[in-house]
Amino acid sequence: MTLKSWKELPIGCVVSEPGSASEYHTGSWRAQRPIWNNDKCIKCGICYVFCPEGCVQQSEDGFFKANMDYCKGCGICAHECWPRAITIVEEG
Amino acid sequence: MGKRLGMEVAVAVAEAVGLCNIDMAAVYPITPQSHIAEHLSDLVADGKIDAEFVTVESEHSAMSAVIGASGTGARSYTATSSQGLMLMHELLPIASAMRLPITMAIANRAVSGPLNILNDHSDIMPQRDAGWIAVFAENGQEAIDLSIQAFKIAEHKDVMLPVCVNIDGFQLTHMVEPLEMPTQEEVNQFLPPFVPHATLHPAKPVTMGAFAMSDYFTEIMKAKDEAVKNSKKVILDVWNEWGKLFGRSYKPVETYKADDADILMLTMGSMGETAQMAVDELRDRGVKAGLVKLRLWRPFPFPEIKAAVKNAKKLIVTDRAVSFGGPGGPVFSEIKSALFADTRRPAIYNYIIGLGGRDVAVNEFAGMFEKVLADTGNVAADTYEFWGVRE
Ligand code: SF4
Ligand code: SF4
Repeated sequence: MTLKSWKELPIGCVVSEPGSASEYHTGSWRAQRPIWNNDKCIKCGICYVFCPEGCVQQSEDGFFKANMDYCKGCGICAHECWPRAITIVEEG
Repeated sequence: MGKRLGMEVAVAVAEAVGLCNIDMAAVYPITPQSHIAEHLSDLVADGKIDAEFVTVESEHSAMSAVIGASGTGARSYTATSSQGLMLMHELLPIASAMRLPITMAIANRAVSGPLNILNDHSDIMPQRDAGWIAVFAENGQEAIDLSIQAFKIAEHKDVMLPVCVNIDGFQLTHMVEPLEMPTQEEVNQFLPPFVPHATLHPAKPVTMGAFAMSDYFTEIMKAKDEAVKNSKKVILDVWNEWGKLFGRSYKPVETYKADDADILMLTMGSMGETAQMAVDELRDRGVKAGLVKLRLWRPFPFPEIKAAVKNAKKLIVTDRAVSFGGPGGPVFSEIKSALFADTRRPAIYNYIIGLGGRDVAVNEFAGMFEKVLADTGNVAADTYEFWGVRE
């Protein structure tokens, strides 16, 4: 994403393209990442519901994974997953 | 041309706003308010104007409501004073950042504590950096004229900024003066319909007031600064047009007997008329005294101020607010910094006057001139003093 100069900003910084927030990749904030262990997963979808980024998606096999462009590594999915199928590991 | 009528200024301001085809007003009727709010609600309730009058639970809500309404494209108005303005403070920079052309009357009154509610400028001064255009009225007629002009300035496509019209509380708002109210036809001719730069509408979704991180915040502040500075051209155009239509001209800096003056006084707001009488008295005694009145506070009129004071030897800046532990009154420090780089500038004195409604009579303005004239060595220049304080 190229950054605009002050002269190119729309008046009042009105955002006129719906959904343009998706251009901003919050994944760049991440210091930790969630790892799914599908052996423990019961496909309840709690991680999908609780992820504040809405970046947890269900795959065709019914298991879940995060879109790492947007996963901030907040750990909420791991905290909420009661069968303990998600662990949080340090990034990098 | 409208009729000349004896009217209370606050009521007249509400009548003038009533001629401006507003869509909504949101005000909170706490003390200190003014009759602007009360009379506007009468106009709406009596069906004299077709507008929504939103009664809110605080001044914070009043400003929030006009921001929301302006975002939908409604011509939105509010009026406040003193503590009410302080409660609005948080939202003022948001209105200007969103470039919403809200207009607001401020019946200037002292900020607590102690609780006072009488006239001074301690309410508007903390709002200096909110990104609003700020003008000051000297009398009731100016209060009416500036209130109508405010809509045209704010809504101009090259401005799109909120405007506050400062009207000294009590000294102006509660006075009955002979006033000339423009007719509805004249206002219709002067004021075009409001065309917003964007509106909140489900048919074309937009986001207003979005989040911005450090990668954009600087650019947004720069754009806002340029917008406020650029508004001056439109302000001057609107004032010229008003002069042609109504025969009353407005300038960012107005002067009285200043051209050949050795000593000048600078005022803002209603005290200009009293100071003017002191100037006449001094002139009768052979003193070359003059007056400079600062009408446009933001954007600050640098070239006009420089031109107005360039030939004077001494300049007395009066302030009606205190910057505690600071460099002097807020007007003084701005004037001083505006003239700082000029090699030839008057010696600048600062008197803090008329706090919390304290009267400043003609002889006291004359006394300020005399005291500064007596300081032949300019010893007290660049300092400030609380005029008339009991020691
Ligand atoms: S919350 Fe845990 S168990 Fe439930 S779907 Fe997500 S990973 Fe699987
Ligand atoms: S770590 Fe946070 S952002 Fe990432 S998938 Fe889990 S809940 Fe969503």
